[in-house]
Amino acid sequence: MVEHTIPATQAVVTLDVALPGIVWGWIITMNMWAKSIGTGVIFVGFYLFKKYPEKTAFLKMPVVILSIVFIHIFLLFTVLDLHQMFRFWHIFVYPHWTSAITVGAWIVSGLVGVLFLMALAKFLKKESTYDSFMVLAVILAIPVTLYTAGIMAESSARELWQMPTEMVQMVLAATLTGSATLLLAGIGRLEDEAKRDLAIVLGISAFSAFMIYMGEYVFGPMKAEEVAAVLSYIQAGGEYASMFWIGQTFAFIIPTILVLLSVVNRSYGILPLAAISAIAGLWLVKHVWLIIPQLLPMS
Amino acid sequence: MKLGFLVDLNLCMGCKGCEIACKVENEVPLSSWRLRVKYVDMGTFPDTKRTFTPLRCNHCENAPCERICPVSALHYLDNGIVNIDKERCIGCAGCIMACPYGAIYMDPETNTADKCTYCAHRVSTGLMPSCVVACPVEANIFGDVEDSSSAISKYIMNNDIKVRKPEKGTFPKHYYAGGGDVNLNPLASKREEGHQLFNNITHLSHIGAH
Repeated sequence: MVEHTIPATQAVVTLDVALPGIVWGWIITMNMWAKSIGTGVIFVGFYLFKKYPEKTAFLKMPVVILSIVFIHIFLLFTVLDLHQMFRFWHIFVYPHWTSAITVGAWIVSGLVGVLFLMALAKFLKKESTYDSFMVLAVILAIPVTLYTAGIMAESSARELWQMPTEMVQMVLAATLTGSATLLLAGIGRLEDEAKRDLAIVLGISAFSAFMIYMGEYVFGPMKAEEVAAVLSYIQAGGEYASMFWIGQTFAFIIPTILVLLSVVNRSYGILPLAAISAIAGLWLVKHVWLIIPQLLPMS
Repeated sequence: MKLGFLVDLNLCMGCKGCEIACKVENEVPLSSWRLRVKYVDMGTFPDTKRTFTPLRCNHCENAPCERICPVSALHYLDNGIVNIDKERCIGCAGCIMACPYGAIYMDPETNTADKCTYCAHRVSTGLMPSCVVACPVEANIFGDVEDSSSAISKYIMNNDIKVRKPEKGTFPKHYYAGGGDVNLNPLASKREEGHQLFNNITHLSHIGAH
């Protein structure tokens, strides 16, 4: 690797007015985090409504409201991050279809429309209409979940973000926060079998996501020098090492352990704690993964 | 026609004339640069040397910035230049995240992305880019790389030419003669606090945006 020539060359950059490093900061973290919840409740809600139609019917309106709220938080932060936010309508007037940003903006607009129709259907007590729209919402929520991975993949400068990994991480983030949010939304009213299902989704999501991050952490540096340089920021002594491990612990390790204890003992009292830990920890995990590639000088 | 740019690093003496000419020609705001010259010092005293590397947009044939731009603000001209329409840009910074060369910046005055355009406005009237005109040692060679009789094509044929980060698959149309890893690969040199010639660069706050 090219860094290994430095001991010989003693090369030091003495003048380079590099561009400010962090371009996408916490606003984009909020964007990704809120979107995970907004689409996650749709995915997990759809599963619950299919498996326990009677026992989880009380969640139908909360699911739609939660999704609308979090998708709008996601959209709010998306627009807030634009340096020319009052030009966001250009995406609809001058769409450039090779851009994942454009494709995502159009699909999420469709999803918002469907969510409002679902809320209206529920309000008018038209259950079959609601159920039909729910299927459409799930179909649209899939690309809405995945398109951020597309944006990261199109960010050619950031070697760390690879489409296959990011795509799976986006889905797992959605199922993690979706199950966690519904555990909290249904607190006191969900029956044990539904809680158990949600706990299993939460636990599997947390464990799988953790495994993927650990795979990147251990094996990523073996493949590419840029990835190695980026991951050094979260390895021992790196400036984001603490935040990385705090995030991993709250988002994945604690929920996995709590879910395991809960399912084995058939005692679901600790699940809200696992849910809160997962939702809070995911913000940190997303933030670290967003920031570290931006610390690497491009020139 | 496919316009390209070549810098002969054997000739460049780091005078920064190109940087200044670019700033003046394109009215680049304080704290922003379309073109900048990177200095890298090598060796240990007394056996040392300094390298100079002008860095600008590479006008890639497969430009990641053009691909990710959601509104086609970044677009190709017929002559291969990757141009930018600042009136259309929404300031999403996707292009900044996509550019492997760190060549795009957010203009603090217009709150839109901006970068080197090879002085497309000058080129369209038959003039050379301002940095080419300003270079006192003619280290900058600009021309049509599809014309085998052009000066740049002959230079490419007769010299050992490199591009930055070829592994990214961007097919840059900006070439370097006499460049090595230290010049062209950001990982081949250290960046240490206290080793910069100018340490307290002030970045302007963006006007009306974050």
